[in-house]
Amino acid sequence: MKHSHSHRHPAAKSSAADTSPKLWCSCDIESDIRRARDVEEAILSLCEMHAYTERDLFALKLAVEEAIHNAVRHGNRSDSSKQIHIKYRVTPRRCDVVIADEGPGFNPASVPDPTSDQNLEQTSGRGLLLMRAFMNNVVFNEAGNTITLTKFNDSVRRQNRNQVAFG
Amino acid sequence: MLKDKETSPIKLTREGELTIVEFTVRKLLEENEIAEMGQQLTSYVETQLKPKIIISFAGVDHLSSSALGTLITVNYKVRERDGQLRLCSINPQIYEVFLITKLNKLFRIFPTMKEAKESLEKPSQ
Repeated sequence: MKHSHSHRHPAAKSSAADTSPKLWCSCDIESDIRRARDVEEAILSLCEMHAYTERDLFALKLAVEEAIHNAVRHGNRSDSSKQIHIKYRVTPRRCDVVIADEGPGFNPASVPDPTSDQNLEQTSGRGLLLMRAFMNNVVFNEAGNTITLTKFNDSVRRQNRNQVAFG
Repeated sequence: MLKDKETSPIKLTREGELTIVEFTVRKLLEENEIAEMGQQLTSYVETQLKPKIIISFAGVDHLSSSALGTLITVNYKVRERDGQLRLCSINPQIYEVFLITKLNKLFRIFPTMKEAKESLEKPSQ
C-alpha cells in the first residue's frame, strides 16, 4: 500500500506504520456473540482514538456484529467446542477486521437478494447486504469461512478531499 | 403498562385503541432480547382484533438484522389480524438500514409519533 504524508490530520503522524504487521491484534473466542463484545469494544475505541466519524463507528459496530453473528450461527452452528478467530488492525486511515469461523464455509454468491419483492418478507438473509453497504470493502476467502471487513476513516478522507480542493 | 419482563427490551402502553411500543434498551442486538420482543409482541397481537400498533424507535441507536426479521414477523401477524402497524422516531443511521434493505417499502414509517398517530384510521362512527 502506498502512503501519502501530505495530509495534516493530527492522527496521521503514525501513518508510516500503517502497514506494519505489528499493528494486527488477534484473539480466539468461544462461539458466543457476547464473548465477542470485548473485541468489538477494543476495535471501536481504537477507531474513536483515531477520530473516525460517528457514522464510521455505527457502520463498524453493525458490520462486526453481523459478521460475528453469521460466524457463530451459520459457520460454527453455535457449537461451543468451535471457536471464532478475530484479527484486527486499526490505523488512522483504515480499520480491517478479519473474522474466521471453523465451519465448512459457504458461497456468498448463493445468498438470494433480500431486497427483491419475493424476498422482502423473509425474516433473515440481510446481514451480508448490510455489511457490504456499510463497509468500504467486504472480502471472503475461497472457502467462505473467513470474512475481511474494511472501513476507511471518513474524517481523514474528507480532510484529504478538502486539501486537494483548497491546498 | 400491559406486560413487562426483565429480559424484555420493550414496554407496551395502551392509549385508547392504540398500543404504543417503546424500547427500554439503546441497542437491539441481543438474541434473547430480540426473541423476547418477538414473543411478547406476537402473543399480544394474537389477542387483539384489528390491532393498531405504533413502535417508537426513540432512543434506539443500534439494531441487528435479526431484529429486522422479528419486526417483519410482527408486521405479518398484525396484517393477519387485519390491523395496522406504524414505525416512528427512527434515527437517521437506523433509517439508512431500512432504506438499504428496502424495508421502508414494507413498513409504514413516520418521522414522529404525532404523524404516526395521525396516519392511523379514525374509529368508525
